[in-house]
Amino acid sequence: MSEIILETRDLTYLYGKDTPFQKTAVDGVSVSIRRGEFLGVIGHTGSGKSTLIQQFNGLLRPASGQVLLDGKDIWDEPRKIRAVRFRVGMVFQYPEHQLFEETVRQDISFGPRNMELSEEEIAKRVASAAEFTGLKPELLDKSPFELSGGEKRRAAIAGVIAMDPDVLILDEPTAGLDPQGRDQLLDQIVSYHRRRHNTVILVSHSMEDIARVADRALVMNSGKAVMLDRIDRVFSRRAELESMGLRVPQITKIMSLLREKGYPVNAGVLTVDQALDDLIPLLRKRGCIR
Amino acid sequence: MEYLQADHVTFSYEPDEGDAPKEVLSDVTLGIKKGQFVALLGHNGSGKSTLAKHFNAMLLPSSGKVYVDGMDTSDESLKYEIRRRVGLVLQNPDNQLVASIVEEDVAFGPENLGVPPAEIRRRVDDALKAVDMYEFRTHASYKLSGGQKQRIAIAGIIAMLPDCLVLDEPTAMLDPRGRTEVLGTVQRLNREKGMTVVLITHYMDEAVLADRVVVMDSGRILTDGTPREVFSQVELLKRHSLDVPQATELIYRLKADGCPLPDGVLNEQECVAALELLLKR
Repeated sequence: MSEIILETRDLTYLYGKDTPFQKTAVDGVSVSIRRGEFLGVIGHTGSGKSTLIQQFNGLLRPASGQVLLDGKDIWDEPRKIRAVRFRVGMVFQYPEHQLFEETVRQDISFGPRNMELSEEEIAKRVASAAEFTGLKPELLDKSPFELSGGEKRRAAIAGVIAMDPDVLILDEPTAGLDPQGRDQLLDQIVSYHRRRHNTVILVSHSMEDIARVADRALVMNSGKAVMLDRIDRVFSRRAELESMGLRVPQITKIMSLLREKGYPVNAGVLTVDQALDDLIPLLRKRGCIR
Repeated sequence: MEYLQADHVTFSYEPDEGDAPKEVLSDVTLGIKKGQFVALLGHNGSGKSTLAKHFNAMLLPSSGKVYVDGMDTSDESLKYEIRRRVGLVLQNPDNQLVASIVEEDVAFGPENLGVPPAEIRRRVDDALKAVDMYEFRTHASYKLSGGQKQRIAIAGIIAMLPDCLVLDEPTAMLDPRGRTEVLGTVQRLNREKGMTVVLITHYMDEAVLADRVVVMDSGRILTDGTPREVFSQVELLKRHSLDVPQATELIYRLKADGCPLPDGVLNEQECVAALELLLKR
């Protein structure tokens, strides 16, 4: 099996083609996503990140260029594009808006049923997906609309996980959640990724979230892919990110500023713990630590 | 008695059949002065939105009293006057649009108040300028970005000339740029027009902008003070599932290890300055 699961080659997408409002949303993007990685996608509003991820499961068709899944162009057989969507699952922003069934169980079953799996397999998938997202079993027979906001979100995510995709894409999954809700959901996604060993792509405006969960980050700017690297390396390029209207996690900025002032600290620090690892030895030398 | 006054407010929502009523607010007493910018901080379920809705008489206390500019919110005859003074901005920008043209949306409030047409025109223009959306006055409201829509919602309320703006997680559904636009607008309204602002949020980087931060948990007020005073209480906040800025946490943990560092560091600049003093030794 190749190391690369999903790849784009010179991908271009236009909105409003041949009209006065034509806009190149994705401009000649060539990226390779590694099997099993956790990729963060960042970029300002309008950078093309949402348009790009919708190419990955064939929701949008490129104006030019290719999207390859396991080395095969997903548009080779356009009539079979639906099969791609079972392998590349997408969770949209505010996924709770897509809940519609009479019970949570039926809603989660919707995807697997469309995959024409046996009832036994569907039941297994529902149980497994509910467990992955921390949905209590007693909620399964309730109407989705009786659930709290956070529970609804988990039910919607479970509906995509139940299809057991090889690539799971989440667009701003923590949008609108409070700190505790955000922490729980991110922990669950990380835990799911570790247990399932699939590939996860997370689009987010929160640099702190990306720093916490991703292995690599893809930075989009005005339709182009400008960076694709390990997150510590991406976030150490603070000046470039800021010139694109992006920021780095607050802790990264603090360490980056200290480094610019000449102190021997790591500018690619991503968490408070890492910052303490760097600072404590320095402060101990100056007699500041007990 | 302050401009907005809650006295021993207890509130429970109507329970479903067979369930016991759940108390969402428990004996809350809070006074907000005219012109103050107060952030109401708390996780989901803390009661902060429920409390906010008492300030424009959308909800009435199960026991206790709420007063707006001296008026008792439970007095049915005063409801109109109360709601003229206190405007409420909600989370979802789309749910607050009523017209397809921006200036018509902003005019909706004053029209319903029976304001004369020439006066409506003036108020709409002033309100749009106050939120920096004047050039969009003839644009389609539903085609705007989230941040722009929220600013139109704010304009629609300002056009009714309220004294006070209550905003319930107004940036929760917005991207960073939208958040900056809305918060900037709110700060300007407070500073330049003296508008009383109650900002309900769970983002501490927003709470930091206020004069005063009131932290709620499980229907009660946990702590109340300036941003610096409140965010110094790192242990307390973490115990109640709230965030502190990474800058604050870093300094707090170094202090715990014996480093002589100040309390209440809130942002990167202060953090770097405080650390430099030690690293320069």
